[in-house]
Amino acid sequence: MTTLRETWIVFHRAMRLSLRNPMWSILMLSQPLMYLFLFGPLLKPITAQISQGATTNAYQVFIPGLIVQLGMFGAMFVGFGLIAEYRAGVIEADRVTPASRIALMAGRVLRDVVVLVVQSILLLLAAIPLGLRAPWSGVLLSLVIVALLGATFASLSYSVALITKSEDALAPLLNGIAMPLLLLSGILLPMQIGPEWLQRLSDISPLKHVVNGVRSLFRGDISSSSSLWGLFWVVLLTVVGLAVGARTFRKESA
Amino acid sequence: MMIEARGLVRTFKTKRGPVQAVQGVDLDVADGEIVGFLGPNGAGKTTTLRMLATLIQPTSGTATVAGCDLAKDPVGVRRGIGYVPQSGSTLPEAIAGDEVVDHARLYGVPKAKAAADGQRLFEEMDLPGLWRRQCKTLSGGQRRRLDIVMGLIHEPKLIFLDEPTTGLDPQARANLWEHIRGLRDRGATIFLTTHYLDEADALCDRILVIDHGKIVASGTPEALKQQVSGDAVRLSLADATQAPTVSKIAGELDGAVEVETDGDVVGFRIPRGGSVLPGLLRSIDAQGIELQGVEVHRPTLDDVFLSMTGRSLRDEDITPAQTEEKQEVVA
Repeated sequence: MTTLRETWIVFHRAMRLSLRNPMWSILMLSQPLMYLFLFGPLLKPITAQISQGATTNAYQVFIPGLIVQLGMFGAMFVGFGLIAEYRAGVIEADRVTPASRIALMAGRVLRDVVVLVVQSILLLLAAIPLGLRAPWSGVLLSLVIVALLGATFASLSYSVALITKSEDALAPLLNGIAMPLLLLSGILLPMQIGPEWLQRLSDISPLKHVVNGVRSLFRGDISSSSSLWGLFWVVLLTVVGLAVGARTFRKESA
Repeated sequence: MMIEARGLVRTFKTKRGPVQAVQGVDLDVADGEIVGFLGPNGAGKTTTLRMLATLIQPTSGTATVAGCDLAKDPVGVRRGIGYVPQSGSTLPEAIAGDEVVDHARLYGVPKAKAAADGQRLFEEMDLPGLWRRQCKTLSGGQRRRLDIVMGLIHEPKLIFLDEPTTGLDPQARANLWEHIRGLRDRGATIFLTTHYLDEADALCDRILVIDHGKIVASGTPEALKQQVSGDAVRLSLADATQAPTVSKIAGELDGAVEVETDGDVVGFRIPRGGSVLPGLLRSIDAQGIELQGVEVHRPTLDDVFLSMTGRSLRDEDITPAQTEEKQEVVA
């Protein structure tokens, strides 16, 4: 119970700091909309190709990819904020309190997750006039997936930030991971339209299965194998991500 | 005892192999004392402090801090101590009062009590009207006092201050010293690190001198200075050719050591220099030698450090920017 209370305190502080920054709030809301309006239209001409006859609206394919991307990239760079806190001595000040080490991480991760879910909901609402149609159950499950992905990447990002303690080390590292993950996940375009070798290569990326899972959830195939695989992978990623994060926050050198 | 540490060792792995930053430190701090850890940068002060504050684990050794065992009950130690790090403890963008209240709540202090205590501490620490201000708008001295409020908000019995006045101007330093003395008057025990001699001298009941990860001397500032063999006496002569005679007279005094001649100046060390001076002057006068001046210097903590380590602490006095770099290597 204490850990939960401490998590809430850390969350509350982090959320207040995020909301105090108006520039940050505006950017946070505008980014997904920019994808929707500046990238979405490019998909129109190739709708038939990417939807493989199953649907007629490109957004049906594009939006699931976008919210997964949000979950991943929105959370991936939160480590920079933690380095700023570390510099200011805040992490050290937190660590001399009797608060649970898990709470110190979980509160911050929770803030990131709330932000991502709000962004995703805004994105979905904005996509309705463009023709997005999906069942409630599929959308809700997809939001859960986004939240779990966000938690995974946020805690991994915090871990790496705490270990490197330097923006200069963190930036190339994150970009180095983000790039192949993005390209091999079929987030922007489904991998199915690519050549055989690229499809096989993308099978390695758990994120591809997550994206496929979210796409079939949006089609309403909740019990389909791709939905279940997507859920399986995201849960597995979350367990690993949170375990790594918790371990780093407990470790003395952090 | 508020702190009782035995054989604390801390080894860091670096690219150039393991570095033993702290090599077997024993220390005792009694309730209500202000104890200072004096030493040059990189001597192991901060590392020892961080071990005692549960931020890093000792490689070996044991300690009881604020009544709890460091290894077995770190959470108990954390409840009993306040730690004011060198690097600060608040985010520049955050509101000062919010940071204080949130910090207190992590100790389990209820929100309303945290706010009331925090505002009272703001008054006591000369931070009136700054409760709702962004931390980055505070001056350096105000920021340090805010850090101290953060460290005091849960009413700890033991307070660790890491280089509390580094980077402050002389006026802000003197002001902070007053506040630190005030904490002790309220019954808190204070353990601080410093590489400033005047700070250790002015503030501490007892000083532990640390160099290369080992405690090389400990005692009250007065006792430490007395360990250095006496006061420094310098006699300036009107005629340099008479220096050998004066040097001989000085050498025959009871307890005189390090008799040295430099041109027309004869210098030596002797316990209670002031009391031997009248007799000395009469002997010199009896020889018909004329003096131009006499100086007696009480030993400083720098003399203590010099006699313990063969190096001067003043040479180590470097800018705060460099301090940070050195800390990175050690911490």
